[in-house]
Amino acid sequence: MEMFILSLTIFVLAVFVGVEVINKVPPTLHTPLMSGTNAISGIVVVGAIISSGGSEHTTVLSTVLGVAAIALATINIVAGFMVTDRMLNMFKKK
Amino acid sequence: METVINIGYLVAAVLFILGIKGMTKPKTAVRGNQMSATGMLVAIIAALLDNNVVSYEYIIIGVLIGGAIGAFIAKKVAMTDMPELVAALNGIGGGASLLVASANYLESQKLAEMGQFVPTYDWSIAVILSILIGAVTLTGSFIAVGKLKGKIGDAKQVRLFKWIVKLSLAALLAGAAYFAAVDPVNSDLLIAGLIVLCLILGICLVMPIGGADMPVVVALLNSYSGLAGAAAGFVLGNNGLIITGSLVGASGIILTSIMCKAMNRSLTNVLFGGSMSESSGVSRSENDAFYEGKVKFSSADELAMLLDGAQNVVFVPGYGLAVAQAQHATRELAGMLEKQGAKVKYAIHPVAGRMPGHMNVLLAEAEVPYDQLVEMDAINPEFSQTDVAIVLGANDVVNPAAAEDPNSPIFGMPILDVHHAKTVVVVKRGLSPGFAGIPNELFIRDNSLMVAGDAKKVLQDTISALKDL
Repeated sequence: MEMFILSLTIFVLAVFVGVEVINKVPPTLHTPLMSGTNAISGIVVVGAIISSGGSEHTTVLSTVLGVAAIALATINIVAGFMVTDRMLNMFKKK
Repeated sequence: METVINIGYLVAAVLFILGIKGMTKPKTAVRGNQMSATGMLVAIIAALLDNNVVSYEYIIIGVLIGGAIGAFIAKKVAMTDMPELVAALNGIGGGASLLVASANYLESQKLAEMGQFVPTYDWSIAVILSILIGAVTLTGSFIAVGKLKGKIGDAKQVRLFKWIVKLSLAALLAGAAYFAAVDPVNSDLLIAGLIVLCLILGICLVMPIGGADMPVVVALLNSYSGLAGAAAGFVLGNNGLIITGSLVGASGIILTSIMCKAMNRSLTNVLFGGSMSESSGVSRSENDAFYEGKVKFSSADELAMLLDGAQNVVFVPGYGLAVAQAQHATRELAGMLEKQGAKVKYAIHPVAGRMPGHMNVLLAEAEVPYDQLVEMDAINPEFSQTDVAIVLGANDVVNPAAAEDPNSPIFGMPILDVHHAKTVVVVKRGLSPGFAGIPNELFIRDNSLMVAGDAKKVLQDTISALKDL
């Protein structure tokens, strides 16, 4: 239970940090913000990697699910960062 | 090693925060995005160092498949299709979280057999939550994509969907209670059933929402995709996932509330109120009667003459501009007017287009300098000094009824005050009502002219007429 409370504390504090930072993003950049956060939410790849790393307690099914999860999360990461970069470069040049 | 890995996740989270901070200015945004990408790399390396990772071949296969698909999409997608892309990526993110939670459940089962894992209540709740949020985000997002593409129309049986939602929520609660209290370890079938239930729930939650409200839904699902990641973090006990997921969750929530404010509606009303045109819309004949003989139609040639002498010109882009892909023609016309000494600005309503900031990206693609894009509150006082305001495929966001007619269903919604301009030129394909399903009084005002046609075509004709003058 202590672990849970610690995680919950981190979660709540991180939400506040997020609100503070994101409130300052101007409306002009809201679309790149959304695609950028799409990329960041690909962080679940971390969980997927651990699941498909093939240690003794994984099963065939859990490995299959893990690899599928890696593929999906990587789509998010790669497409998200690349398309955000594409958009932001349009804003940069004058 | 454990310490190194956790510090890696912390560094990644800090880089994400700094990356988003970079997004607060267009000048630093590219670097910010690169910082976030670096953070992701750090997190992935940290995950690969985990004790549980002993073989790499499956991981590499997954990364190669996903990377190739992702790169292909990012290169190919047109800027006008960004709302669909973001919605699809939300769904994919939710799907990934769902898969991670399911895979982890299976592993925990095995661990419990080996006597190395004892399920707790908070673990059970986290498993259920990550399945719920992940599955709802997955199917809800793809329904949203269909609605954005216009492939899925506004649902007629709003009641039926609400009924299914209530029923599946009740079933979900019962299932979750059994799972957490009675048997968290040997419940494969129950978990599979709950996943199916949550997938159905996602469909039925988004189906009754009108196509016009998709910007809000996409922003909300963006938030869910982050929360799904955070929930997966609770299941795995991984703080890196929790921090990052909550950042994304916060971002989506903020954008959702901005969108709702700009439409003067509450989130509950958007999510459960059904489609707006359904409840308040007028019939086709009422719509025709409203405009009958009162609209002054004009042509591209007349528009060119009008612009020839104009000093202050404001473009008001809407969804029609995106559909017609008219951003480059707009920029070209603006460039000509600037050469003649006119001052050109672009008025951006927060809900113009199909997602937050959609118009800004389209105009940036056409190389419009971002300081010419003016937000609603800043541009509204300037309309009284504007010679010509050109409305390109926008409707409800310039309807004066929102400010003046207390009986109008959109009364109170903040609008762009284009009707204060000396002349308003509305470029629109026809007189059909906008998303709200109501006629627009602006079109029959004395100072407004209508040029019927596709925005791109009309602007190109205006450009050539202007050259001939």
